[in-house]
Formats: sequence, C-alpha cells, structure tokens
Amino acid sequence: MALSREQIAQRVAQELQDGFYVNLGIGIPTLVANFVPDNMDVMLQSENGLLGMGQFPTEETIDADLINAGKQTVTMAKGASIFDSAESFAMIRGGHVDLTVLGAFEVDANGNIASYMIPGKLIKGMGGAMDLVAGADNIIVTMTHASKHGVSKLLSNCTLPLTGKGCIKRVLTDLAFIEIKDGKFHLLERAPGVSVAEIIKLTEGELVIPVDVPEMQF
Amino acid sequence: MAGFDKVVTSYEEAMAGLEDNMTVIAGGFGLCGIPENLISEIKRKGIKGLTLVSNNCGVDDFGLGILLPNRQIKKIVASYVGENAEFERQMMAGELEVELTPQGTLAEKMRAGGAGIPAFFTATGFGTPVAEGKEERQFNGRDYILEESITGDFAIVKAWKADRYGNLVFRKTARNFNPLAATAGKITVVEVEEIVEVGELDPDQIHTPGIYVDRLIQGTFEKRIEQRTVQPSSTAAGE
Repeated sequence: MALSREQIAQRVAQELQDGFYVNLGIGIPTLVANFVPDNMDVMLQSENGLLGMGQFPTEETIDADLINAGKQTVTMAKGASIFDSAESFAMIRGGHVDLTVLGAFEVDANGNIASYMIPGKLIKGMGGAMDLVAGADNIIVTMTHASKHGVSKLLSNCTLPLTGKGCIKRVLTDLAFIEIKDGKFHLLERAPGVSVAEIIKLTEGELVIPVDVPEMQF
Repeated sequence: MAGFDKVVTSYEEAMAGLEDNMTVIAGGFGLCGIPENLISEIKRKGIKGLTLVSNNCGVDDFGLGILLPNRQIKKIVASYVGENAEFERQMMAGELEVELTPQGTLAEKMRAGGAGIPAFFTATGFGTPVAEGKEERQFNGRDYILEESITGDFAIVKAWKADRYGNLVFRKTARNFNPLAATAGKITVVEVEEIVEVGELDPDQIHTPGIYVDRLIQGTFEKRIEQRTVQPSSTAAGE
C-alpha cells in the first residue's frame, strides 16, 4: 500500500534528532510536527521570523501578529525567539537549520528540484523555497512518487523550471525512501506492501536497487 | 515638528511627496504587520505607476491588493503573490509586471540597500529562472549569482510602539520585513499602535533606531487574519 500523507510525515519524523532546528514546508511537511517523538526536543523554524513555533492557538489566545510561513495563526513554544526576515534567511542560507522538509513537483537524479512553477498555469512564486534548498545541507523532499495518471516525478531531468540545482539528496515518496548520489536514484526503503517492481515502473530516472530493500518500519 | 521629533498628525502629511512612478518598499508578510493605513492613503491619493517591493501583494480587498483595481501598481517585486484574484487577472493580461524574487534574497536586497551595499552574491536561485541575465561566480567551488540591492523613494512600515524620535519596537511575527524596509527608503514613513515619550523605551530593546525613520504616525489597525487556524480550548495542551 502506498503511504498516506500522515505516514509520509511519520517516516520523515524518524529522521529527526534531539536538538534539531527544523524548517517544515507547507502541506505534508507541516504534518511532521505531529510525529515528533515525546522524548525529543525539536525546534521549528518558520521563515517569516519565528524560531520555536508552537501549536495552533485557541479562540482566546489567537493573535493576528503571530503567524507561521503558511500565514496560519500559531503560538510560540517555550524558548522561542523572533527576528526579522533577513535574520531568518541568514539562518537558512548560512546552513544553521539542521533539517529542511519540503514538497516538490519533480526531482531528478542530479538532485535538481522543481517545485514552484508550472509554465502556462498560474505562477504564485517561490516564497522561501529557493533559499531553503540552496542553504540547507540536510533536505528531505516529500511528494507522491508519480502523478495520478502514473507519470513519474523522479526523473532523469526535471522538465519544469528549477527551484534549485543539485541540492536534493533524499526523497520520501508514498512508495519509497530514496537517496540521490552520483547522478542516480538509490532505493533505500519501500513502503510496506509495495513491490520493488512497482517502484521501478514509476521511476523514470536511473534507479539503483540493492539486493535487499527493507520495508519501512512504523 | 522639531529636532528629532518625527511625529506627524495626518496620513496626508505622512505620505506627502509621493508621486506617480515612484518605488515604494513595504513591510509585512501576508497580511501580518502591513502598514494598512499608509496603503489606504496611497489609494486615496490615486498615485499611479508605482513599483512596489513587498513580500506579498495583499488580498483583493485588503493590504496592497486595494491598489490593484485602479491600476496604481505598474510593477511588483515579491516572493509570493497567489492570494488575489485581481492580481492574477492583471498579471495574466500583461497589465502588471511581476518580478518574482526568492524571499531571502528579497529580504537581503532591502537590508543591503539600506546598508549601502549595492549587490551581493548568493547561491539562492543559481541554475533557476531567477539567475537569468545575472552574473555568476564561484567561491570555494560553489556557484553563486549576483543580486542587486533595492532602495525605494518611500518605505512604508508598521511597528508596534515608537517613541517620538522614531525608535521602533515591533511585535511578534509582525516584525518580518518591516525593519529591513525601514532602512531602505529615501523617505521612511512608519505607522504604529502607540507613540510614547522619548526615554520611555529601553534603548536595549529597540529594534529599529530612529535614524532610519523620517515620519511617524499613530493609527488604528484592523489586523485582518488570513488563515485563522485554531484548536478547541479543551484540547489545548500548552507548550
């Protein structure tokens, strides 16, 4: 079975470490916050200028001056700090964020990522995504492995305009956990019940398959 | 007004001197921390042909979006503009020029502009459409592009509190681009929720020193929320 959005987030959360500063993108990445293990301290960075993002507020504590990068009202966790946008991206660009999780339309075997623009369709903008992929060393891209029509999103070359060049090393899809190195995709894990053949079929870029491909553990 | 006292008493006075075809840098992220009354004054004045530099462009009936129906914006430099139907229509029709700029690059363009740095190298956007036409250079084996900084004829800023000298304190994530915008305007106009007497703010707690501020006005704010997300009171665990 392909992973649900929650399961993708759950598997990403296994990559968290105690003391990590983490930036989570909009969509599935946001869900990772729900799966931080109880015995672990993780601080969430929101690029609009908040380190230490808390839960959603209640109706009583809602504050128009306190939002996250998705423009949702939030609260501050204990130990949070606030700063301006240049400082925020100094953290990001300067490589101070330990893990970045974000979505994409396409990723290719050279580590290129396309995530912000489909020519001919509405162009909303890249927001902070280009800075995040350029600045972070440890990035996990989350997305579905293929489109609804079965078109692979793991390509030999991205077809859409790039968000970043050669910056992606790990991709977690609904079918597989994949590492990118030496211009190839390497299959690390498969979703429970998903066959290697199925992953091969839906991966357009060159895929290296080890003898043993373990199932993800939850 | 005398000496370092920056306080003006009308929005007309606050935005005096703004003319057609000028560049205006605005603080704010989404609808959070936007100088909403200064934007309304630009609408009222009917200034046209503006180049706006702002992370976003408001929504249809609030924030910078209210400058769209009368075609007051010629060009916008922004990182994300997707919340606005009239914006979309004007952009698709080619009536509005849009220069999409990565958010961190946009912040740094303002910061550098205000700090007298004409350009800077960044890895952000290398190998993407953002790099087109820009100088590229390698440092320590990594590729960077040259981005030019931005200054504006005007900067419009929203802060929480100020003293009469224009020393500013921002509140929570309403800070965002505001301190950067404040440094990058030839004329920087700030609206705040409260003006206190000089000496009442702790110098150690001032986010933006008054040297950057030319005009200061106290206003009242709607502070509209774009994505109202809450949890039921009963399940709130507290952080």
